[in-house]
Amino acid sequence: MSIHTKPDMFEKDIVINAIADSFRKLDPRIQVKNPVMFVVFVGSILTSLLFLQSLAGSGEASPLFILSITVWLWFTVLFANFAEAMAEGRGKAQAESLKKSRKEVVAKKLSGSAFDAPYELITASELVKGDVALIEAGDFIPLDGEVIEGAASVDESVVTGESAPVIRESGGDRSAVTGGTRVISDWLVVRITAKPGETFLDRMIAMIEGASRKKTPNEIALTILLAKLTIIFLVVTATLLPYSMFSAQESGSGSVITITSLVALLVCLAPTTIGALLSAIGIAGMSRLSQANVIAMSGRAVEAAGDVDVLLLDKTGTITLGNRQATVFIPDAGVTMGELVDAAQLASLPDETPEGRSIVALAKRDFGLRGREVQKTHAEFIPFSARTRMSGVDIDGRRIRKGASDMIEKFVDQNGGRFSETVHLAVERIAKEGGTPLVVADGGKTLGVIYLKDIVKGGIRERFMELRKTGIKTVMITGDNPLTAAAIAAEAGIDDFLAEATPEAKLKLIREYQSKGHLVAMTGDGTNDAPALAQADVAVAMNTGTQAAKEAGNMVDLDSNPTKLLDIITAGKQMLMTRGSLTTFSVANDVAKYFAIIPAIFAVTYPALNALNIMGLATPQSAILSAVIFNALIIVFLIPLALKGVKYRPAPAVELLRDNLLIYGVGGVIAPFVGIKLIDMALSGLKLV
Amino acid sequence: MTINGLLQIAFYLTVLLALVKPLGLYIAKVFMRPAGEAPKPEKWIYRICGVNESAEMSSKTYALAAIVFNAAGFCLLFIILSFQTALPLNPDGMGGISWHLAFNTAASFITNTNWQSYGGESTMSYFSQMVGLTVQNFLSAASGMAILIALIRGFARHSVETIGNFWVDMIRSAVYILLPLSLMLALALVWQGMPQTFTPHATAQLVEPTKDDKGSAVTEQMIALGPVASQVAIKQLGTNGGGYFNANSAHPFENPTPLSNFLMMLSLLLIPAALCYTFGVMVGDRRQGWAVLAAMAIVFVFLLGVCAHYEQSATPMLVKAGADIRASDGSSGGNTEGKEVRFGIVNSAIYATATTAASNGSVNAMHDSFTPLGGLVSLWLMQLGEIIFGGVGSGLYGMIVFAIVAVFIAGLMVGRTPEYIRKKIEAHEMKMASLAALIPIMVALIGTAVALIEPSSKASMANPGAHGYGEVLYAFSSAANNNGSAFAGLNANTPFFNISLGLAMLIGRFGCMLPVIAIAGSLAAKKSIPVTSGTMPTHGPIFVALLIAVVLMIGALSFFPALALGPIVEHLMMIQ
Repeated sequence: MSIHTKPDMFEKDIVINAIADSFRKLDPRIQVKNPVMFVVFVGSILTSLLFLQSLAGSGEASPLFILSITVWLWFTVLFANFAEAMAEGRGKAQAESLKKSRKEVVAKKLSGSAFDAPYELITASELVKGDVALIEAGDFIPLDGEVIEGAASVDESVVTGESAPVIRESGGDRSAVTGGTRVISDWLVVRITAKPGETFLDRMIAMIEGASRKKTPNEIALTILLAKLTIIFLVVTATLLPYSMFSAQESGSGSVITITSLVALLVCLAPTTIGALLSAIGIAGMSRLSQANVIAMSGRAVEAAGDVDVLLLDKTGTITLGNRQATVFIPDAGVTMGELVDAAQLASLPDETPEGRSIVALAKRDFGLRGREVQKTHAEFIPFSARTRMSGVDIDGRRIRKGASDMIEKFVDQNGGRFSETVHLAVERIAKEGGTPLVVADGGKTLGVIYLKDIVKGGIRERFMELRKTGIKTVMITGDNPLTAAAIAAEAGIDDFLAEATPEAKLKLIREYQSKGHLVAMTGDGTNDAPALAQADVAVAMNTGTQAAKEAGNMVDLDSNPTKLLDIITAGKQMLMTRGSLTTFSVANDVAKYFAIIPAIFAVTYPALNALNIMGLATPQSAILSAVIFNALIIVFLIPLALKGVKYRPAPAVELLRDNLLIYGVGGVIAPFVGIKLIDMALSGLKLV
Repeated sequence: MTINGLLQIAFYLTVLLALVKPLGLYIAKVFMRPAGEAPKPEKWIYRICGVNESAEMSSKTYALAAIVFNAAGFCLLFIILSFQTALPLNPDGMGGISWHLAFNTAASFITNTNWQSYGGESTMSYFSQMVGLTVQNFLSAASGMAILIALIRGFARHSVETIGNFWVDMIRSAVYILLPLSLMLALALVWQGMPQTFTPHATAQLVEPTKDDKGSAVTEQMIALGPVASQVAIKQLGTNGGGYFNANSAHPFENPTPLSNFLMMLSLLLIPAALCYTFGVMVGDRRQGWAVLAAMAIVFVFLLGVCAHYEQSATPMLVKAGADIRASDGSSGGNTEGKEVRFGIVNSAIYATATTAASNGSVNAMHDSFTPLGGLVSLWLMQLGEIIFGGVGSGLYGMIVFAIVAVFIAGLMVGRTPEYIRKKIEAHEMKMASLAALIPIMVALIGTAVALIEPSSKASMANPGAHGYGEVLYAFSSAANNNGSAFAGLNANTPFFNISLGLAMLIGRFGCMLPVIAIAGSLAAKKSIPVTSGTMPTHGPIFVALLIAVVLMIGALSFFPALALGPIVEHLMMIQ
């Protein structure tokens, strides 16, 4: 049970619920929120009244004609409701599984903030921010919080969909726990950081359900444009009445246009296709993200993702594989390879850092040197510290050290030796190539250098190439020195880098880019990332990160995969593209509708206008009805596109525009000619009009 | 179309486009010079007018200045017209002007429309023509240019609250651009034989005496004269269009020779075309200016082709009546009804297309007598919003409004928040751009509807049926979009038409101008966004095509039903 389960596009339950919701959404208070569809809604009511009038025998046209138009106008409204309900329904299905986990749990509220303080049993909803709770193996975590004591493995599959438990412990970057997850082993003392109903899980559910959805800035601007078009068409159709009255009177033939036809014309011309699908596109965009296991805290952030043109990427984990790894041993002059490898391995055996382990691994792989039980010998391990910047082992009177070259140089000097020139040259060469040299020494004697290297992830270079094509600049953030950073940046195809990065430097960099008008996206997990995350326009916090990081970001990646930023950008772009393409399609449709309806309604006055009936539609009634039916059905046909989104490929803007203009612009002009003609043939074939 | 015709069109366009760059660059230099570095004489003008040339204005102040200035112009003109009998320079003793005609004319001239419900030579005194109308010809064009420059500054500047100084922009456009150009053109026109005099009407003995409708003998003819050239020069250059004579540039004194005709056609589009280049220079990317100009030119050439084709093809009625519609040596052939045979078909078509593309409205042929589709070209060019070249300043700012709409749709289609010339286009700009594009359309459609319902208006229509309807639609399209061209045929000097058309002109002008100033202000306050390959380029052929598509789609969707009942049905009935 996780939100990974992607609901089928038209899963039965969702469809049934959506149909029911379509009728529920006929509430005028809901309808009025969408100006385009509200016009259709009012038009439907108007024609319904005209139908009743015609039943009474004083109608402006035959009751059957008015009824058919009315029915299809109502369908248009219902189809729009259905599209929105479908999008919401898919989100709801995801949210449902999350809600199940939000069951009432019993919390152990501690009277003090220590593990052994006495506790009382209360329900989770009674907890308040700042309370301290004990969670033991098998307990659910009642609310979001920060671990202040203990370490435990926690099953977070309800949030992440990942079945492997994760470690949560006090201090550091893994101290945040999420309400609704379950401790599997050991215990935690947690300080509650969220009120009931405002937890991460609650916000996630609200976002996915679309309950807290606000219109995004672009959506507002588009709504204004659609309202403008609707007003134009309202005026166009309304003024047709006096035009028609004048023309009929002057030409002395034919009758004045009926209100029913005018309403039909208005609904056909108004951008109903995009108007009906607009909110569905927004909701679907959000739920596409949540299917990718990213929770956006606002639609605005998703939209901003499409605009991002600078990406700040952490080197480690995003660009390179984890940590640096030993790749080559370079012995000093007069030292055999065997001596160097042996010493390096000895110094690294108790070293649990990734670098240390990679040295042992390399020694085993390339030289067949197996691990030895160092503890049993009289060895003393000297761990790495930021001050000494070296580590090593004292064993059998030997003092083996490995570390940064300047520190080892001091160490060698202290032991009365001399730092070898060969080693010095090797160190310089490695640094220039972007590697990290680790010098190994035994007392006053230098033994050689270990070449540590960042391994750039496969395929990442190609990905950055794509990004460059779309105009996105990539910036690597690293704690490395500039030389190393430059080498890795070149290898990975990064545009720029920030070396020796501190939290302040990151923040400054983001501000600099923003002041030049760029939109910056970044990922982060640590508390020290929080200021930069808060400053960035799109900030994706890793779910494994601290509470502070999650609060500062506007998206949370449940998989904690920094490369996902690229998918988020795609999702943002897709959302805008879908809106733009359907708007173009909707407006382009109007050409054919004019050619269907204008001759139909005015040919009685001016028979010459029949020349405009280029589709050869059977009768005026079937022409108007076919246009209205097409207008309604196209909404249903486009629901899958609205939910899935228009396909995005990384390409320069001008190519995307050309392609989408051809598909949705030119296609939008042609499609309704075909569609309306087919519907007309069906209607007249079945003798329905 | 004849080879001769094609060559004339090609020659016209070549000369026009060749002048775009030098004039555009000159205009840009005029407006880009900091006020502090202005030469002495310019500073004297500021001192005399009490203008602090270095004070920058916010968009609100700028808009207020524009409104106050135009309102003052309106009052002044209204008073001059209403009291012309009491004012000097009235040698022919022109009578008083009704209040509604004065209202209409004042509204018409301050809005750069120059709709004329009157015949100039039989209504206006020399004082009214020169001090009243000609002055407003300058000022309304200068207003349009000033507001365009403010909008351009909105793009060129970033993160500031101000968009320039209205008074400085006004004075500079009048003193450095309109006055020198008008002086040159006026002298050239005088050289070609156009009158420029204060002497009263001349009287000539008729060679063949005739009788008037009452049967009394007519032996002499009054030949109207006056300060014609000075008004005609600015009427052409300032996209005003209000003729000195009722027959406008079809009158031999208002258009004496083929050369004067060519100069006038050239000056119709000269400044609006050059301003596109100015735009490119001032926003720091000349390609942007060329792109907009290309969009305008393509639509223009296409519609000119349609107009010239249908005028040259004449009508089945003419053929049936035995008219020789073939082009031959000494005759242009085609539909010569309502055209000056001195100019022929092509020069009438160029003039008609250019005068309605630019919001000029002066004519050298009667549009009412064009073939239905030839006349549709003029009508539709106005309905597009006077943005294919359009009025001085107002044409380009109108086109930029459409570019903003085009950019918005394009931006969405490539998946980015739309941006135009390094500025993000957001809800506020969309709201204002929608208003600016919407208002003239609504005014034209609603105005026509009201006029059709109004019982008194039927008496004003010269032709019944579809053509009468076309005349009313033409009048309101012309007024709402500040063109001023008339389909003739319609007697508009009635209280109803004077007032309704006057209102249409005012709403159309300021309903578009004020949102544009608001856009200028909000753009200026925005950050400037760097251009990347993810930016939708707005200078390439794709964008030009999109811009044209947006302009034509909005124009077609808004007016197709209205046009279908007018010129389109007329055409269909004609060819049946």
